[in-house]
Amino acid sequence: MLLRHTSKEVKVREGLTINPAKTCQPIGAMYAALGIHGCLPHSHGSQGCCSYHRSTLTRHYKEPVMAATSSFTEGASVFGGQANLLSAIDTIFAVYDPDIIAVHSTCLSETIGDDLQQISKKAKDDGKIPEGKYVIYASTPSFVGSHVTGYANMVTGIATQFGVSTGVKKSQHNIIAGWMEPSDMREIKRIAQVLGVNIVLFPDTSDVLDAPQSGKHLFYPKGGTTIAELKSIGDSLSTLALGSISAEPAAIALEKKCKVPFETVDMPIGLSATDRFIMVLSQRAGVKVPDEVTAERGRLVDVMCDMEQYLHGKRVALFGDPDQLLPLTEFLLDLNMKPVHIVSGTPGQQFDKQMRLLLNERSPETNFRNGTGADMFLLHQWMKNEPVDLLIGNTYGKYMARDEDVPFIRFGFPILDRIGHSYFPNVGYSGGLRLVEKILGVLMDRQDRDALEEKFELVM
Amino acid sequence: MEANRIIPDPSKVREELIQKYPAKVAKKRSKSIVINDPDTIPEVQANVRTVPGIITQRGCSYAGCKGVVLGPTRDIVNIVHGPIGCSFYAWLTRRNQTRTESLMDENYIPYCFSTDMQEENIVFGGEKKLKQAIQEAYDLFHPKSIAVFSTCPVGLIGDDVHAASREMKEKFGDCNVFGFSCEGYRGVSQSAGHHIANNGVFKHMVGRNNTPSEGKFKLNLLGEYNIGGDAFEIERIFEKVGITLVSSFSGNSTVSQIENAHTADLNVILCHRSINYMGDMMETKYGIPWMKVNFVGAESTAKSLRKIAEYFGDEELKAKVDAVIAEEAPKVKAVIEEILPRTTGKTAMLFVGGSRAHHYQDLFNELGMTTVAAGYEFAHRDDYEGRHVLPGIKVDADSKNIEELKIVPDPELYNPRKSDAELEELREKGLEINGYEGMMKQMTKKSLVVDDLSHYESEKLIEIYKPDIFCAGIKEKYVVQKMGIPLKQLHSYDYGGPYTGFEGAINFYRDIDRMVNNPVWKMIKAPWEKAGNGKGLSASYVTQ
Repeated sequence: MLLRHTSKEVKVREGLTINPAKTCQPIGAMYAALGIHGCLPHSHGSQGCCSYHRSTLTRHYKEPVMAATSSFTEGASVFGGQANLLSAIDTIFAVYDPDIIAVHSTCLSETIGDDLQQISKKAKDDGKIPEGKYVIYASTPSFVGSHVTGYANMVTGIATQFGVSTGVKKSQHNIIAGWMEPSDMREIKRIAQVLGVNIVLFPDTSDVLDAPQSGKHLFYPKGGTTIAELKSIGDSLSTLALGSISAEPAAIALEKKCKVPFETVDMPIGLSATDRFIMVLSQRAGVKVPDEVTAERGRLVDVMCDMEQYLHGKRVALFGDPDQLLPLTEFLLDLNMKPVHIVSGTPGQQFDKQMRLLLNERSPETNFRNGTGADMFLLHQWMKNEPVDLLIGNTYGKYMARDEDVPFIRFGFPILDRIGHSYFPNVGYSGGLRLVEKILGVLMDRQDRDALEEKFELVM
Repeated sequence: MEANRIIPDPSKVREELIQKYPAKVAKKRSKSIVINDPDTIPEVQANVRTVPGIITQRGCSYAGCKGVVLGPTRDIVNIVHGPIGCSFYAWLTRRNQTRTESLMDENYIPYCFSTDMQEENIVFGGEKKLKQAIQEAYDLFHPKSIAVFSTCPVGLIGDDVHAASREMKEKFGDCNVFGFSCEGYRGVSQSAGHHIANNGVFKHMVGRNNTPSEGKFKLNLLGEYNIGGDAFEIERIFEKVGITLVSSFSGNSTVSQIENAHTADLNVILCHRSINYMGDMMETKYGIPWMKVNFVGAESTAKSLRKIAEYFGDEELKAKVDAVIAEEAPKVKAVIEEILPRTTGKTAMLFVGGSRAHHYQDLFNELGMTTVAAGYEFAHRDDYEGRHVLPGIKVDADSKNIEELKIVPDPELYNPRKSDAELEELREKGLEINGYEGMMKQMTKKSLVVDDLSHYESEKLIEIYKPDIFCAGIKEKYVVQKMGIPLKQLHSYDYGGPYTGFEGAINFYRDIDRMVNNPVWKMIKAPWEKAGNGKGLSASYVTQ
């Protein structure tokens, strides 16, 4: 047994988190900043933070992840990190020549009280930021929220520090991507194109974290939302935020600053959430949904009809991040499956409320917890008490899956031991198809593995 | 002479590497970029601060303490006191394999423990939550040991992890609880954390169990972390030759082994950088000499085994070592002879760690490959130039705040295993007793040595030298591969290994052969790109 010390008996813990279902803010900020073209993320803290975040993102994407650090030593920690950040800005523009440096803070710089707004202003006043270049920032203390909060904070920083209202509206709509994969962002853009809606998507990590092998390392890959696009978001007709935790804060901030009205929908994972996304986007843009999209939807529903017997009543445990878990849970319910245990380390009452609303209506007996005490150790204990047929979550789930001999689908962040997530989307109807294919694949492999010889089926 | 053919003019290379830097940065970096001469060994600036904004390979003190040194011991509950990230990122990412005797023996390596500090803990202090966490870990698991690791904010808000640990240790009575002040901002790299870890392990673990260890030839393996099963291969060989491994620091180790380490008669050191403090402290307190060895490379393994036999001075052991080497050699030879024609003459670069960039040169030599440039991520001058430079190294502000334990001989347990005269005699026979000659002595003349290589410098080096393989870590892996050059990870081994001993050498030969000769590197360009994509072509079928 890999997790041999995990007992069945659940005891309340107030001090100790074991096997967390979350990580810290800065990595989310780093990921969001990579979705801006020509941007170098910068970690204002000790070297270890930057090194750990780059390593984790690299293991997840199998791609270069460029980011710099303020390399705090004890002196900087005592006297403040301003000198380190100013020196970093000099070095970065001279050596790596980005269009934008996106600075995020860490627990260290937040604890000593470094003010990124003030330091960025000083850098500008001191002439350290070349003409046409930018230093943007987001406060991302690791002791608040989770990696999802950090993503939301950086996206909000991007929206408010670039978005301006010229008073002349542009015929375009903003879509703010919640924390999703480059493949998902690419799919959102494709869907908008098929619908004929002119959008600015931000952030956008497609063509950044799924870059082709060309024999050259492009320090700033082709992808990412451009400065020109970002400057125009304040003039857009509307904003659609995909996810209330990771995307909505930026939409609210942009509405406040530039009066761009917004609406939030769930990340389009699964049938119902994608339906709502398509409805809202087509209505906002005043376009008719083309037959092509209806056919895509039809293909997903067709599979759901044809394979329903293999899905019905299957018990699922899942863990991950709020904006994915909500539509994923709904999709499992649409598939007639049974979400039995749900855990997310990301705290927040809004998420709790939304999930309980969904569960109360369709699966009131589901165990659900988020925030304090909601870790994978608890999930594992729940699974020991009420076993499941399927586990869905990030790579760390494989230890529980092996110990409990439960089929396992990798979904969420980080996925350190498989590829595919950066290339094949989970969003949209085609993403739904991919999810159903994956679920059926592991469930049917299990049936094949466990079937008695006389019950072994050729056709399924 | 091979080297002269492939190495570009190194002084020009150095100029090119620093050209783009602001003047002050260029001046600083130029001292860390030197042209090697194994006879004179020039000075390398090392273990100094990285310039902010430079994209560095380095991590932090916490990573060196918890991640490297303490992480591999399976039966300690390692609680990280801080916000969630630090514990999360160090969770199972270092591939320290471990093997328990029974399926239910203590093993906490697959677990991640954190106090998950929240804003109120930062404002009002986190000691209460820490003690609560220690109590809960004790109640849940009843481990032999609980270690507490401080992250950046802990030192700043003044939480006393040592006092909290002492209090809980006294309260429990049957669980050793101890803390490490390894905040990420201490020192200039992981190296500070190694030192802090050495101090803590020495203070709180070594010497707690005086039961004499069994065996005739008893040693500790220091600075071996069982990445990819390296320690298993070394254990296999030791067992075969009849050497007793009392404890390992810290691959595949247990608390009780480390507590008993002072009963061994020799410490052999693999990773000098991360563990040399332990060697020195055990020598002073208990009289156990240490000796630098290298089990990376088949020839190096054979050499190291012979040195160990020489140290113990036992003819039977010497004969057994020779017999085992003779037994292992044919399978190594069979593989290298097959591979050698495909790897000979190729070039490698190694920028990694604090000893791996040295050790792995032995394997590349065995493959007939030349190391044209190398450097460490977090080493000190002695790892480059040899320990004779130690007295001359200035202790700067960043090193000063890392505690130097004052060690004196133990009044009861100090027992010099060898007399000074015997040690001198062994040194004359070529044994690196309490010494290390460093990396540069082994590298060719005019090869390049770069400390704390930056991202920018790595891309430049690849452009200039076009090496056949580049060795570094995960952050560099896909950057280098995007440039069409295979990168071998020497932290994680690309999830392969082991690479130590005889079996490990075979694994490495095969992996490098596979990597440098993989046809995929020739498939990067599409056929139409190779053909000029439309230029000068006439269409075969054109609609009118």
